[in-house]
Amino acid sequence: MSLELRNVSRTFDGKTAVQNISVSVKPGEIVGLLGTSGCGKSTLLRAISGLDNDYDGDIVINGDTTKGIHDTTGFIFQEPRLLPWLTVLDNVTFGLKGKKEEKEARARQYLESVGLSGNEHLYPRQLSGGMAQRVAIARALVTSPEILLLDEPFSALDAFTKMQLQDLLLDVWKTYQSTIVLVTHDIDEATYLCDRVIILRGQPGEIDREIIISDQRPRPRGSERLASYKAEILDSLDLNKR
Amino acid sequence: MAKNLEALTSGQLTGKAAAKTNKTKRNNGKLKRVVLGSILPVILIVVWELLSRMGVFPSYQLPAPSVIFGTIVDMAQKGTLWGHIGITTYRVFAGFVLGTVVAIVLGSFVGFYRKAEQIFDPMIQAFRSIPSLAWVPLFILWMGIGETSKITMIAVGVFFPVYLNIVSGILGVDRKLIEVGRMYRLNTFQLVSRIILPASLPSFLVGLRSGLGLGWMFVVAAELMGASQGLGFLLVFGQNMTQPEVILASIILFAIIGKLSDWVLKIIEERSLHWQDRMVKS
Repeated sequence: MSLELRNVSRTFDGKTAVQNISVSVKPGEIVGLLGTSGCGKSTLLRAISGLDNDYDGDIVINGDTTKGIHDTTGFIFQEPRLLPWLTVLDNVTFGLKGKKEEKEARARQYLESVGLSGNEHLYPRQLSGGMAQRVAIARALVTSPEILLLDEPFSALDAFTKMQLQDLLLDVWKTYQSTIVLVTHDIDEATYLCDRVIILRGQPGEIDREIIISDQRPRPRGSERLASYKAEILDSLDLNKR
Repeated sequence: MAKNLEALTSGQLTGKAAAKTNKTKRNNGKLKRVVLGSILPVILIVVWELLSRMGVFPSYQLPAPSVIFGTIVDMAQKGTLWGHIGITTYRVFAGFVLGTVVAIVLGSFVGFYRKAEQIFDPMIQAFRSIPSLAWVPLFILWMGIGETSKITMIAVGVFFPVYLNIVSGILGVDRKLIEVGRMYRLNTFQLVSRIILPASLPSFLVGLRSGLGLGWMFVVAAELMGASQGLGFLLVFGQNMTQPEVILASIILFAIIGKLSDWVLKIIEERSLHWQDRMVKS
């Protein structure tokens, strides 16, 4: 539920990728990590997930500082990463334990919530990119993770599918109230989804500033409010100087 | 109500009819493939037969297909054919199983453990560069001329392609899929059985098929060096008795059985790899 990073740094072969990151995320909050490429956003997310344990500093998940993967964490990768030899249904039940019928009933429920009912028996090769990513979302959600980590989850999708899936993510968040950490390089996505946007800059990456977006959801896309946040973010990334 | 029922049954009927036409379509496609594939061999056999009858090929060097076929039928009627086929198939099968089992055990070790790779792989690679037939005299010296040396021979031939493909299959498993497994906190055993094995299956099956091919090659070598029964023995026998039809009959039988066994593996491959996203030729 609660997630806290204390002075987290990560060094690869003597080269520091991120440095002194301290963030505290409230339960149910959606936090965006935004930055240009190479500033260590994904490195940070992998450290939070426990896939990478060679970081310095502490990552506290529900008061627990043990390094490693926690049961309460779910991860949605940039690519769907479905197992090609399993059907859609079996991919979704992959991480579940227990009786087959129960697992499948649960998986069907989540497939329905991502709009994929009736496609249970397809294989990943038969899916479009958007469908595959929906399956990946269902797979991550079906274990009811309290903390959901997303690594540029929609960046490979076309603009319309992307918007659909962003709304889907918000629906899911509304129902399950997970804590979400979203790595993205898409400013519109960050302003549309997040309660708080943390901007990382530099190499090694450090926290440059935080922007709190307390607007009510659903936020109208393309509204002036979001545009002003976007301008603010662009300014702080020095990308608005022409 | 009656109308509904009628509509329902007619709907079912058209459904059935559609399924039927689908099936005939598929059968037609299969038939077409068989016909296309047999054009060349049929022409070749007819020309060969004609030329042989006209006396262009001397019959003591290249007998006509009908003579060869006659030899096979004759052996079948006498009953000796089944013994030859049976013993050769048994040798290949036994050698194939033995070589495959050893390859799976060593290959998985080398694939999974870096230490095992450092210990075993250099030696195995060195052994691989020895032409496997060079072992023949040694095996005969060690194990005599009986079944043991023959089966060992074949197992050595089968081992290398299977081993190499298992190792490269395991090493080639996508790290990204393994991360998915780790995210769900699978233990090592689950990681192996649920991700690494299925992911390396395609490569393993390729290894099995080329291993089987080599198995058939090595059974000939093994039977040439001394056997009293088997298709390879027929080759030597035909040579000693100057009966080219026996040699050719044996070669054709090798081709048929080899193809059949490969076909069985191919079916297994298609069944277990139907999930693969493969190129479809136009």
